[in-house]
Amino acid sequence: MSTTYDIDLAGREPALEAIDLSVYYGDTHAVQDVSLTVPSNKVVALIGPSGCGKSTLLRCFNRMNDLIGSARVEGRVDFHGQNLYDDAIDPVEVRRRVGMVFQKPNPFPKSIYDNVAFGPRVNGLKDDLDATVEQSLRSAALWDEVSDRLTDSAYALSGGQQQRLCIARTLAVKPEIVLMDEPASALDPIATQKIEELIYELKKEYTIVIVTHNMQQAARISDYTAFLYMGQLIEYGPTETIFTNPREERTEAYVTGRFG
Amino acid sequence: MPHVSLTAKGSRNFKEGAIGAVLFACAAASTLVTIGVVLVLVRETFAFFSEVSVIDFLTDTRWEPMFQEQHFGVLPLLVGSVMVAVGAGIVALPIGLLTAIFLSEYAGPRLRKTLKPLLEILAGIPTVVYGYFALTFVTPLLRVFFPETEIFNAAAASLVVGIMIIPTVSSLSEDALRAVPDSLREGAYGLGATKLEVSTRVVVPAALSGVIASFILAISRAIGETMAVTIAAGNLPNITVNPLESIQTMTAYIVQASLGDTPQGTTAYRTLFAVAMTLFLITLAMNVLSQWVLARFREEYQ
Repeated sequence: MSTTYDIDLAGREPALEAIDLSVYYGDTHAVQDVSLTVPSNKVVALIGPSGCGKSTLLRCFNRMNDLIGSARVEGRVDFHGQNLYDDAIDPVEVRRRVGMVFQKPNPFPKSIYDNVAFGPRVNGLKDDLDATVEQSLRSAALWDEVSDRLTDSAYALSGGQQQRLCIARTLAVKPEIVLMDEPASALDPIATQKIEELIYELKKEYTIVIVTHNMQQAARISDYTAFLYMGQLIEYGPTETIFTNPREERTEAYVTGRFG
Repeated sequence: MPHVSLTAKGSRNFKEGAIGAVLFACAAASTLVTIGVVLVLVRETFAFFSEVSVIDFLTDTRWEPMFQEQHFGVLPLLVGSVMVAVGAGIVALPIGLLTAIFLSEYAGPRLRKTLKPLLEILAGIPTVVYGYFALTFVTPLLRVFFPETEIFNAAAASLVVGIMIIPTVSSLSEDALRAVPDSLREGAYGLGATKLEVSTRVVVPAALSGVIASFILAISRAIGETMAVTIAAGNLPNITVNPLESIQTMTAYIVQASLGDTPQGTTAYRTLFAVAMTLFLITLAMNVLSQWVLARFREEYQ
């Protein structure tokens, strides 16, 4: 019942591969048998109406659902040939390689510098911390705005700057994949545009999976789009196809704004 | 047009007014009592200082108001109180904070619901029981390890006062830790932090104002604690740093002097108020300090 197009991996190993993935919250089957391949160095958007399971699916990719006591995951998520849900896997190691940026900017109540240095410090990457911090802030397009006030509180920044700080903080641990859960939904249009430009830059080095409510945003920034509805993956393929020529009725109804 | 009465009925007006007056009287009574207590303290303290100089009170190293040659140096009592408070703090602050971290970050909801009330029972045990516990259990135990321990000693009193104030620290600190938004925890987990790192490097620093306020309140309780230290720490005003010796705290002195041997109207009698005033000022200062810490750093997280 779902449609999946061929994903062009360009001869490379996929960054992530979900296979028959299901998530339950108590009796609720929030994500139902989803299989999805995330190609390396691409932006994959997860779209769908509220409650369709897109955030839950995203949180499977770095085992964030472990933190919710009632959540139970079945199926596999393969990453470098290993199932992230294998008993031997340490979720702490997973999250180092698969970073996450959240819906609301959530900087720590620390200085700008300490926010970015937090990840390297807890992961024992203390060599040349100053350079790591600078490079991460540059990658997040924030360096020019904060380089002269790194010791200021992160809360002195605007919402958009805080979100870029959270992106810098994630990049500082040098992940391979960055998960973004509606990273611009709490921001104004100008801050949103900056985040979108940043995502475009970041895919040169990182694979990005982004959940968004905003269909125009998905259309602008993503290479592939997955449409989820009521816990099921309805259609997954190149963004242009999904938005201009979808095969599934429900996808077309959603992307043309007939429901959502 | 039918007549509709919108004017108030006389009896209802009277009832509402009376209820308001009763409620106001209750609120006013407690405030007035507080003011009265402070006024009496101030008056008697002034009377005391018209007979004894403030300098002597603060610098004399002997507290001997009942002796032929009187000395009114509050330092020995102050040292006694501070020693008990410091000892209690050494016991209660780490244990209380670690308990709070456990309850807030590690324990599941069911375990927390069971443990927290149990811990708060500690706060409900009458302090006289703690005093006898110190005298009949802690002191003999101390003597096993340190035979030179005196029967009445500061160490045993500090230990039990410390146990007594653990719930103050753990309960208030836990509230502060739990008030830290989960989004901060998720952010830290998302960077590959372990549970310990999330707790110690993100949650505790974010809740620091509440944690410190709980410390200050607990120490303030330890300074004001009376019964346990009167029973266990002794009645010997003594400037010492050895916790195995007998001491006297400000509160214990007030108990001793109130027991009736001191003739009313004498300077020795007025020492009661001078010491009480000192105690009141110290605990007041600490309460104000804890309020200030809370308010000053409240906006640490969004």
